[in-house]
Amino acid sequence: MIRTTAAGDGEIVVIDYGMGNLRSVWQALQHVAPQRTIRVSAEAAVVAAAERVVFPGQGAMPDCMREIDQRGLRAAIIDAARNKPFLGICIGQQMLFEHSEEGDIAGLSVFPGVVRRFPAERMRDQDGGKLKVPHMGWNEVRQRTDHPLWRGIADGTRFYFVHSYYADPVDAGCVVGTTDYGLPFTSAVARDNIFAIQCHPEKSAAAGLALLANFVAWKP
Amino acid sequence: MDRSISPRRKPRPTGSPRRDDQPARAQWWSILALAKRIIPCLDVTAGRVVKGTNFIDLRDAGDPVEIARRYDQQGADEVTFLDITASSDQRDIILHVVEACAAQVFIPLTVGGGVRSVADVRRLLNAGADKVSMNTAAVENPELIAEASAKVGNQCIVVAIDAKQQAPGVWQVFTHGGRKNTGIDAIAWARRVQALGAGEILLTSMDRDGTRNGFDLPLTRAVADAVDIPVIASGGVGTLQHLAEGVTEGRADAVLAASIFHFGEFTVRQAKEHLRNQGIEVRL
Repeated sequence: MIRTTAAGDGEIVVIDYGMGNLRSVWQALQHVAPQRTIRVSAEAAVVAAAERVVFPGQGAMPDCMREIDQRGLRAAIIDAARNKPFLGICIGQQMLFEHSEEGDIAGLSVFPGVVRRFPAERMRDQDGGKLKVPHMGWNEVRQRTDHPLWRGIADGTRFYFVHSYYADPVDAGCVVGTTDYGLPFTSAVARDNIFAIQCHPEKSAAAGLALLANFVAWKP
Repeated sequence: MDRSISPRRKPRPTGSPRRDDQPARAQWWSILALAKRIIPCLDVTAGRVVKGTNFIDLRDAGDPVEIARRYDQQGADEVTFLDITASSDQRDIILHVVEACAAQVFIPLTVGGGVRSVADVRRLLNAGADKVSMNTAAVENPELIAEASAKVGNQCIVVAIDAKQQAPGVWQVFTHGGRKNTGIDAIAWARRVQALGAGEILLTSMDRDGTRNGFDLPLTRAVADAVDIPVIASGGVGTLQHLAEGVTEGRADAVLAASIFHFGEFTVRQAKEHLRNQGIEVRL
């Protein structure tokens, strides 16, 4: 999977901390950037040397945090989030916050705020119908600000979501996308070199691929 | 610049940031809604689609990857492969199909059929499946649901329930492709699999499967109302209106169909337009 790259093009590294399938993320990046080197790695040194970093996640956040610490990746992830183009996906977005209700666990505190579970008492649609948790399927992302990663993606485009918890940032200035599910929740945040999104761009057909292509080209 | 022009863009809000304790209707934006999903299902044996399809311009009408790609192009929200390979020495072929599909189709892929262990679940997920569906093995060993869910997350675990009506308002769970009656009440089983850690239920009416007479709507509604996880309705779709009824009367979160799409009667897009015309949220 390692290909010769043009001068100045460093590696795009997908951080692997043993929590399941990263093939989809890798495949989608490969699809939008066939000329780039995309590496799935669990090594802090590889993350440190990357030009840009993708931080995916699935499963439960406490398990993800434990695996990150067992592999000694915490410092490398926080450092990458400070210094290079950084894309958090799903639990990879949630872990950037200070704390999660899921397992009552601390996150990486890159963004102030907490991760909450969809509240059962709000899980009703306008007609009183039951809203299921996990929030699973294609929902609209309202673009709250312009951002290079939204380029070419219409406001309100549907992305594929599957999650039971959502980030609730303290700083409204970092919110770049919101979605409604029983309540309006933050579905994308950004600051400087970081962009993080709750849905799965790697499973969101053309819209998701466009977002990944924008990330690969992003010069924050 | 980087601004994408869209007629739907609204002015940015001013004032204080939203908080969760504010009612949603007080917000400045319109209420958005999760789309109901349309999921074509392919029966695959030894890496080939059973019966093939009527897509006239496919190079290989029996290739599940090519058909999945076509459904993706039509706007399918997910694709499901049901592996019905009988011989055990050909079981690993599905892994290659899943790998090839994951490299070319960027929508969620569910794979079911013959899943008997956490190791089977892991193999399919590692090959590129997003969700794995289990049926008979889950009934014989309900702990498998809990184990698999704890290992890979409930979002990856679909429990397929094959149900048959025994009396008005009473359905029981069948296994082994509908041949064996377990005597288990379908509604109670749906609640139990949710408690064990299933993330979604794929509900098939064995009475309706293959009839093209429409979903068993009372069954679908009873299960959808009994659980808080999403329910996919399956079995009996013969018309586009059947799909709509599954959502409206059956209250399903997603609808699954095979033959109406495979034989080129309708595209997924036509199905979505039909639903949208009845006020159902779809991704178009």
